[in-house]
Amino acid sequence: MSGQAAGRYVGQSIKRKEDPRLLTGQGRYVDDIQLPNMAHIAFVRSNIARGKITNIDISEALRVPGVIAIYTGDDLNPLVKEYWHTMGGPRPPIDDPLNAYPPGSVLAPGDVRFVGDQIAIVIAESRYIAEDAAELVVVDIDVMDPIVGIEGALAMPNEFVHHELGKNVAAHMPHLDVPQVDEMFANAPHVFTRRFKQARASNVPMEPRGLIVKHDRGANEITIWSATQSAHEVKSFASRILGFPAQRIRAIAGDVGGGFGQKMMVTRDEAAVMIAGYLLGDRPVKWIEDRRENLIAANQAREEWIDVTMAVTSEGDIMGCRVNFLEDVGAYPAASGSTASMAAGMFPGPYKIPVVLPEGTAYFSNTCGKHAYRGPWMMETVAREQMVDHVAYELGIDPIEMRRRNIIHASDLPYTTCTTMVYDVVTPEETLDQALEILNLDQARAMQANAREEGRLVGIGVATYIEPSAIAFGILSSDQANIRIDDNGKVIVALSSGSHGHSIETTMPQVIAEHLGCDIDDIIIMQGDTSSAPVGPGTGGSRTAVVVGGACQTAAGRLKSKVLEIAAHALEANVDDLEVNGSVVSVKGTPAKQMPFAQIAAIAYMMPEMLPEGMEMGLEVSARYKPAGQFTFSNATHACVVEVDPKTGMTKILRYIVSEDCGTMINPMVVEGQIAGGVAQGIGGVLFEHMVYDADGNPLATTFLDYLLPTAPEIPDIEYGHVETQSASLGGYKGMGEGGAMVSPPTVANAIHDALRHLGVHPTDFPLGPSQVRDLLVQAGQPV
Amino acid sequence: MSRNITLKINGALHDVDVDDRMLLSDAIREKVGLTGTHVGCEHGVCGACTVLIDGAAVRSCLMFTCQAQGHEITTVEGIAPAPGELNVVQQAMQDNHGLQCGFCTPGVVTSLTSYLRDFPNASDDDLREAISGNLCRCTGYMGIINAARQAQKEMQGGVK
Repeated sequence: MSGQAAGRYVGQSIKRKEDPRLLTGQGRYVDDIQLPNMAHIAFVRSNIARGKITNIDISEALRVPGVIAIYTGDDLNPLVKEYWHTMGGPRPPIDDPLNAYPPGSVLAPGDVRFVGDQIAIVIAESRYIAEDAAELVVVDIDVMDPIVGIEGALAMPNEFVHHELGKNVAAHMPHLDVPQVDEMFANAPHVFTRRFKQARASNVPMEPRGLIVKHDRGANEITIWSATQSAHEVKSFASRILGFPAQRIRAIAGDVGGGFGQKMMVTRDEAAVMIAGYLLGDRPVKWIEDRRENLIAANQAREEWIDVTMAVTSEGDIMGCRVNFLEDVGAYPAASGSTASMAAGMFPGPYKIPVVLPEGTAYFSNTCGKHAYRGPWMMETVAREQMVDHVAYELGIDPIEMRRRNIIHASDLPYTTCTTMVYDVVTPEETLDQALEILNLDQARAMQANAREEGRLVGIGVATYIEPSAIAFGILSSDQANIRIDDNGKVIVALSSGSHGHSIETTMPQVIAEHLGCDIDDIIIMQGDTSSAPVGPGTGGSRTAVVVGGACQTAAGRLKSKVLEIAAHALEANVDDLEVNGSVVSVKGTPAKQMPFAQIAAIAYMMPEMLPEGMEMGLEVSARYKPAGQFTFSNATHACVVEVDPKTGMTKILRYIVSEDCGTMINPMVVEGQIAGGVAQGIGGVLFEHMVYDADGNPLATTFLDYLLPTAPEIPDIEYGHVETQSASLGGYKGMGEGGAMVSPPTVANAIHDALRHLGVHPTDFPLGPSQVRDLLVQAGQPV
Repeated sequence: MSRNITLKINGALHDVDVDDRMLLSDAIREKVGLTGTHVGCEHGVCGACTVLIDGAAVRSCLMFTCQAQGHEITTVEGIAPAPGELNVVQQAMQDNHGLQCGFCTPGVVTSLTSYLRDFPNASDDDLREAISGNLCRCTGYMGIINAARQAQKEMQGGVK
């Protein structure tokens, strides 16, 4: 489509530089690090969702040979200095009445608040011994009725998960009364209301969380190795919570085995390990989360209800919406845990909706806390895209036609939504067209009709959305690249990013090689170590291509200028007559007149007499990049074809199509890999994954046999289409890391809806696994 | 109980002192120092810890170390023909973007290497089934499936 021609490096599907290391077992994840004299941590966690601790007896556990120390809340909680994240803002949010921050305890402060809540820390010579001893810690708890789910919070309005707060609302967005809007709804030809429910899910990175804390008392230094998305947050958080000088703390993230938001913030158990390691001192301590802990205590998300009321004309023109976001943020969410304000802002999505009045309430509950999960605010897309289909069917029109009636056209740009988002370069209509072209809608409809004749339930689903990528405010505003050509002429780059699977060691060298002119194999990337990495938020919010890419491009351009000036001086040529290829500067048309980077570096570092008059020695630059807007908007349309087995209720995805616009693609292979991963997570959230709690607050999915991740046979081959329109950000890049997970759930749900609607089944709730679909068929009077 | 046993891993012998209850995955990682074998669930579902024992793909988190005595263990570090090289599956994984964070990858490589050797003519559906014992949260499996397809073709063509 449109867009710029691929460059030498940018735009190429270059094979990943990180792969040989990871494919041969040479990666270095936190659990791979073994330090001399290292001790190991196991947590004692609550098996009760809510209750008062009446007694903790550690005496028997302390007698286990090899146990070094056992700490409870009485030991560690008084040591908590400041408990807050720079990710949430530049100062503690505790004074904000709308953002009640959970109390800063790191171990249970006299009561337990969810199953998995950490009561004590056992430190021992080995993890085996630590777990033995943890089982011998006796905890007496007076059990209380837990608040479970949004239902529980609504049913128990005078009960508080955190009694210190005196309320159970974590965040609130008030209802707005606007008489003109009331009047519009009163006079609208049609008004429809639906409640959509998401299903509680968890990020489930294949590498659980973990960290090593080494407090060297003699040197007055702390080193922390962490499976984190943000080494700098680990460092600054440790400094705040311990009251320890930040300049004497070093945080290191080596290879990180996935995060998807889970490793963005330092969590309460990681904070406990920091304090335990600090208190023990002199011996490094390691905590590696096991899978049960990860499933019950790491973090969860998507426990959300979205009430949508839509006013619409008979032809399907959307006149306006009221939306109420209800969230269960668990006991200890990251910050308020609520994502409703972002969801409210993005609710209009790709449509020209004249008015959206949002409101929302986030409740604490006695369950695992809510943290970021790939597209944390995606409930807006999930609700809006299903609502369009529900309303279209009510009106008797095709949902695709209803989308077309309301979608933003290229001629509408720049378009400001009623929620004040300004879309400069988005292509919802173009991606819709492309997705349907790849699908071949007529053929798909014919196949559906034939299948229906045979009694098979086939459905087609479409959904589209806008992704507010590269979120740029607070600590997320900017990223930095420090690029040095060393004295050998090689390129050493320090980035503020942190990789946990994002191919940064490949894509950022592509940008740098493109704009510096060096050989891509001459580049090495350093990131994730606060002793070398510039300050930055790490990786999250689909930011790397835009923000880190912008920093790399800027720095590479600056460094190239200096390289050219030195070469021009030495070659007695004009800068304008020079070109750079493969780490060699040459005079255009006179290739014999050339100078490799190594020679330029020798001049820069060792031959001041060869430098242009007044030039500073050395070949090192830094650049910090902040995109112009708070968001760089990307977009996509997904389409899929499903078949639902009428007997088992099982959904099989027959085809899955993605048409997306992430601007200039640095590496199309990596773009498609990110999409596929997100789509699989979204499919999982609809068809397989469900973090269920019973009425007593017991998590029922505590192993991979209960929490069902999609496996290879369940995920179809994805068919891709790309629309490339350049963003206003440097390089024309747009972020796209989260979108696959945001729009795939309503795409699949809409297809299931389409397969079943002639039977009177109109699903609104996730998951839509076999048992739920069977229940819906039974409710609709279908024989199953 | 602790005892001294000899493990044969990637052709080399390692004398290790291990408790009877020590998992093979832990011994390989902590006693022998081969940390390419990853522990993702410790209950035999995710497949990240898969190693080859006498050529067969086995979950090393479901075996005690002492059970491995007298057997040939191959880990991801030793699966390529020579150090610094990639085997057909490893190369196909890189060519097809079959990995992102890399944590599940060693188990995918060992599982696929073993499966394609035993079932060189597996159907496309069989390839998907073969990978269903390895959970991956990054790739959506597309890159892995495409890698399996490429590796299968190359192995059928006699490429080493």
